[in-house]
Amino acid sequence: MRWVVAFLRFWYDFIVGDDWVIAVGIVAAIALTALLVDQGLEAWWVMPLAVIALLAGSLWRALRKASGETRQP
Amino acid sequence: MTRSVFLFLTAFLASGVEMVEALTIVLAVGVTRGWRSTLLGAGAAALLLAGLIAALGPVISQVPIGSLRIAVGGLLLVFGLQWLRKAILRASGYKPLHDEAAAFEKERAEAGRTAIGGPAPVDWYSFTVAFKGVFLEGLEVAFIVITFGSAKSHGVTIAAAAAGAAFVIVFAVGATVRAPLSRVPENTLKFVVGLLLTSFGTFWSGEGAGVSWPGSDAALLGILAVLIIASLVAVRLLRHERNLARLAPAQKGAGA
Repeated sequence: MRWVVAFLRFWYDFIVGDDWVIAVGIVAAIALTALLVDQGLEAWWVMPLAVIALLAGSLWRALRKASGETRQP
Repeated sequence: MTRSVFLFLTAFLASGVEMVEALTIVLAVGVTRGWRSTLLGAGAAALLLAGLIAALGPVISQVPIGSLRIAVGGLLLVFGLQWLRKAILRASGYKPLHDEAAAFEKERAEAGRTAIGGPAPVDWYSFTVAFKGVFLEGLEVAFIVITFGSAKSHGVTIAAAAAGAAFVIVFAVGATVRAPLSRVPENTLKFVVGLLLTSFGTFWSGEGAGVSWPGSDAALLGILAVLIIASLVAVRLLRHERNLARLAPAQKGAGA
């Protein structure tokens, strides 16, 4: 059982990394793009916008974590 | 044409950066504990990675191209954004820069601390550390080669040729200088790779979802330009934030 958990943990860390919000956000952005395309709307702008927003959000979280660590005694 | 050039460049740089890190581990263990078992471990990992590419490549190419581009684009985006985020944090001082010379010394000290056994045919410490180093650093390269290869016709050939060229160059230089390649601008290269992986990921996941990019392939350059600007702005803002955070306690002390 421990081997299975370790195996799954390895692949989770390898693919998702230390910010799961990025992975979830990408899936949501792709789904939204496909939905808009399906409705016959222009949707090329969704992915670049989502990528910039996800990057900014991830940096903000990293920054908050870093400042929280420095404040600790 | 644009895609092929970018594809080669991305695979070459990504492979090169990961191989520089793998080379540091192999060199540190080899210099400290001997070369035979170290090279056996590195060779076994390289064989396993090649087997992974050979096995998964044809299987993945059976998947319909639309679904494949969504999966490949999504995967590249996850990898690319992680590389980019770390590169921005390094460039702005929030994360320490990757230093191959320091990594080499740390690895060498650890290898030296573990006792070498008797005259066994294989030194398992050297074998395991070299195997693990090459396999883990190479796994991401293998994924990049497979994903690039499957999302474009002749993509495997281009990506594998790029990875092969990076392998030959890095290990030829490593064998010549017998020292970690600390003069390679690794942090800058990781920034560039992060930008390229994220650009490809955005482009392919959009295509997979049914988007028609304005300007067709040229949109890739547009995405790259937007990402470069956004990343440089982020580095500038974070540096400013860091400087403010550093000044704040000093000003507080002066005011008290």
